[in-house]
Amino acid sequence: MPDSFPRKADDKVISGTFSAPLLEMRGVGLGSDGRRIIGGIDLKLAEGQRTVIMGANGSGKTMLLRLIHGLESPDEGNVLWRGQQLERFARDRQALVFQKPVMLRRTVIANIEFALSARGITGREKKRRALDALEMAHLSHLGLKPARLLSGGEQQRVAVARAIACAPEILLLDEPSASLDPASTALIEELIGQAHRRGVTIILVTHDIGQARRIADRVVFLHAGSVAEDGPASQVLEAPRSDAVKAWISGRLYFDPPQKNDT
Amino acid sequence: MAETEGIQKKTLSDRKNVCAIIFSGCNHPQNSSLDIVLKLCKFSRVQEILHISMGTIFSQAIQLIITADAALLEIVALSLRVTLTAVGLSCVIGLPIGAVLGAVSFPGRGLVNVTLNALMGLPPVVVGLVVYLTLSNSGPLGVLQLLYTPTAMIIAQTILVLPIVTALTRQMVEDLNAEYADHFSSLGVRLHQRVAALIWDGRHRLMTTVLAGFGRAIAEVGAVMIVGGNINHATRVMTTAIALESSKGNLELALALGVILLLVALIVNGLAMTIRGSTLRAAYA
Repeated sequence: MPDSFPRKADDKVISGTFSAPLLEMRGVGLGSDGRRIIGGIDLKLAEGQRTVIMGANGSGKTMLLRLIHGLESPDEGNVLWRGQQLERFARDRQALVFQKPVMLRRTVIANIEFALSARGITGREKKRRALDALEMAHLSHLGLKPARLLSGGEQQRVAVARAIACAPEILLLDEPSASLDPASTALIEELIGQAHRRGVTIILVTHDIGQARRIADRVVFLHAGSVAEDGPASQVLEAPRSDAVKAWISGRLYFDPPQKNDT
Repeated sequence: MAETEGIQKKTLSDRKNVCAIIFSGCNHPQNSSLDIVLKLCKFSRVQEILHISMGTIFSQAIQLIITADAALLEIVALSLRVTLTAVGLSCVIGLPIGAVLGAVSFPGRGLVNVTLNALMGLPPVVVGLVVYLTLSNSGPLGVLQLLYTPTAMIIAQTILVLPIVTALTRQMVEDLNAEYADHFSSLGVRLHQRVAALIWDGRHRLMTTVLAGFGRAIAEVGAVMIVGGNINHATRVMTTAIALESSKGNLELALALGVILLLVALIVNGLAMTIRGSTLRAAYA
């Protein structure tokens, strides 16, 4: 699959400190039923950066997204939005696309308009943004169809377009192209690319190493709820230092060799 | 035996008197249950007479419906007025309450849900009695003078239908909310928006809830009999009329009303099937 995302010439250096992190996690931990899901997470996310979170199933990727989005509160540590404690208002500056798209039982355009209404956008502006979002996702012809009658790929494109229509500062995506065909995956990545070019900070959870290579400025690799490796995409994916990443990547390459040619 | 033989000689047109004799015998204080059974056995010939006349009764009932008999129409119209108003009121109150109960977590929610589910099985006669006591002259709302009016019947039926509409709405909304909760939280949807969205998105499923409430109300006899009094031209509805006309032996009218009640049930179920039937609608359900 071609690289549809032109990399910015001034890609920031990734791990370590940033002058003004948009979002920061300090010693964040979360448990459930006596089991530790996430622990000791320290992350700083810079504005405009494309961060890909990777890791095996159950490594805490989705929970990390939910913590960033404020859908879960950490048991320990803090999540800071522009240096302040994450509050409900911060969630309004973010948009989350779930792995399984949630479509209301209405038309496609009504789904987008509902999200905009919830964010306080009304009237002509709401209509305009909804139509723009549909056009951006090449779904204008399906605007009046019941959203739940669309195919899985189309529904996920609606979900991404709906999230972008809310004009978030951070776009969080939880495996948006899992179980989608290559064409749908390319369209989803195109939408992510458009959002990024508008200056939206991207945080993407994926298992697809090819997708990570196409999108990521930075890769955060989780293992058993902790950060196993965090650095520029080229470093983590091509020259991993931790055993967890080495093992995982070698497994992926073994089972999915064509992705090796993507780079 | 002489009495039995006498009855056997009666013609079909006298069957009303036959029924009156049976019922007066059953109600006589000196008759024990065994006596009544024995008497009914002796009157087996009467049953035959009634059985033979079923065809006639049925054709007369159909005739009443076809000719749009004024008495029949009056009863049907009042039935529909009382029931539809009660169901409408129950929806106005029950849909939002059910939706809030299904969408919001609060301490004691489980207890509220169990109570609500239990109230779905409220005995109509008990509701009728309570409403009767409340609306009677010596009751707290006696001053309103509502007893034996259609309004009293609407109140009683609303009390019966409200728990059904509320409890079924709560269950439906709870299921839908489980699917939407993360999406709503992510968007920061406020409570009133959330409740409105859940009711709107569950509208096709809620139609079934409304129809269930309608079915309960239209078929109900105990409560409306007590608070309405089954007064001719005032509070007589299909179910109370059927009860009365059957006991009087006026079976044509009773059966005609029974046929209409069955038709209403058929229409209600047909509507429910249509609502859930089409593929396009399945996308919304």
